[in-house]
Amino acid sequence: MEKYLIAFVVGGTICVIGQILLDVFRLTPAHMTVALVVTGAVLGGLGLYEPLVKFAGAGASVPISSFGNSLVKGALFEAKTTGLVGVLTGIFEVTSAGISSAIIFGFLASLLFKPKG
Amino acid sequence: MLQGRQSWVFVKQPVIISTAVVGGPFEGAGALAQDFDILYEDIWLGQASFEKAEKKMLEDACEKAIQKAGLNKEDVHFFLSGDLMNQIISSSFAARTLGIPYLGLFGACSTSMAGLSLAAFLINAGGAGYVLSAVSSHNSAVNKQYRYPTEYGAQNPPTAQWTVTGAGAALVAANGNGPRVTGATIGRIVDLGISDPFNMGAAMAPAAVDTIKAHFRDFNVDAAHYDLIATGDLGKVGHHIAGDLLQEQGIDIPPDKFTDCGLLIYKKDQPVMAGGSGCACSAVVTYGHLLNRMRRGELKRILVVATGALLSPLSYQQKESIPCIAHAVVMEREGD
Repeated sequence: MEKYLIAFVVGGTICVIGQILLDVFRLTPAHMTVALVVTGAVLGGLGLYEPLVKFAGAGASVPISSFGNSLVKGALFEAKTTGLVGVLTGIFEVTSAGISSAIIFGFLASLLFKPKG
Repeated sequence: MLQGRQSWVFVKQPVIISTAVVGGPFEGAGALAQDFDILYEDIWLGQASFEKAEKKMLEDACEKAIQKAGLNKEDVHFFLSGDLMNQIISSSFAARTLGIPYLGLFGACSTSMAGLSLAAFLINAGGAGYVLSAVSSHNSAVNKQYRYPTEYGAQNPPTAQWTVTGAGAALVAANGNGPRVTGATIGRIVDLGISDPFNMGAAMAPAAVDTIKAHFRDFNVDAAHYDLIATGDLGKVGHHIAGDLLQEQGIDIPPDKFTDCGLLIYKKDQPVMAGGSGCACSAVVTYGHLLNRMRRGELKRILVVATGALLSPLSYQQKESIPCIAHAVVMEREGD
């Protein structure tokens, strides 16, 4: 039960930060999303995001900031094994499933549904 | 003709011989559904795009207004029209269908009264026998262009307004039965530095106040001269600000005489945030609801002050503030 509560509080806090960026700092939705991704990437690079995931589980791995962390994780892993070029080849390694499914399922949904305005 | 600094008085009193108002499903569920001539249940109107749907509504409003006057398209000398789409495509494409000599106007949501005042001017000056003035807007087409496509799922703040899906047309003639257009005041740009396109009401309120003040000065009248003064689409936020600004400037308009088309069109339980907006907002409320009330004898003389926010998606992205404008037209019941 405690696990759920921690996930809820941490995940909720990240969402609150996003909402504050929208409402108080007047960021556009795209800027807000990018800000969270970049923050996740920086924290990942500093080795701070993984401990957060361990602590909060889905509360840290589901929000979009986790995507930034995954980008950096892939790049760092490939860089270690194949050298500097690995930064380029590894960046989408962990996230490729997420990106591909976003494109494919987005496409399928657009075939099946019509915007209601 | 010229009255004071920026107004026209129409001594020949051009007549609005017919009006037609078209709306979408959300407007049909609104507070003024009974004032529409045509209501569509589908926002697509069976068309392939929202832009085509808007053009169709505009064509419908124009054709209905001409038909209600018992005229043919060929009888109408000029067509004045505007909308919110880039390069006012809805108007130009509808003009292609109608085949009436056409002047496109852009005044954003102030276009309804810009068009009506010019139509009255043309008739009054003997420049035409019949002039059709129309505007349109479509919620989903406008969201796509100015804000975010609806399916993108972006949140709207409570100050945002709901663009009216609809079209309104008025046929103005030298003679006939119907409400008279007796005067107009052309607004100037007022820009107090607001750059948030999700708070248009606040941006436009000072422009409405500037035009109302100019109108009262030019015609040497006050609020008592009118049964109703309606702004175009200030919504809750802008209407409140306009009321405060008017008071500050020593202009007293009793609350029961001062309203806003954006507040009238929808029901309170509809999720429209601060109220209605868009070119069609002031047009459908004026040409439908307000003129119907005038025809029933409930209103004798009204002032409609259509407000427009003259921004473009590009100017907003480049962080420009929003230049705003308002045009006022006086309409009077015939024989009074």
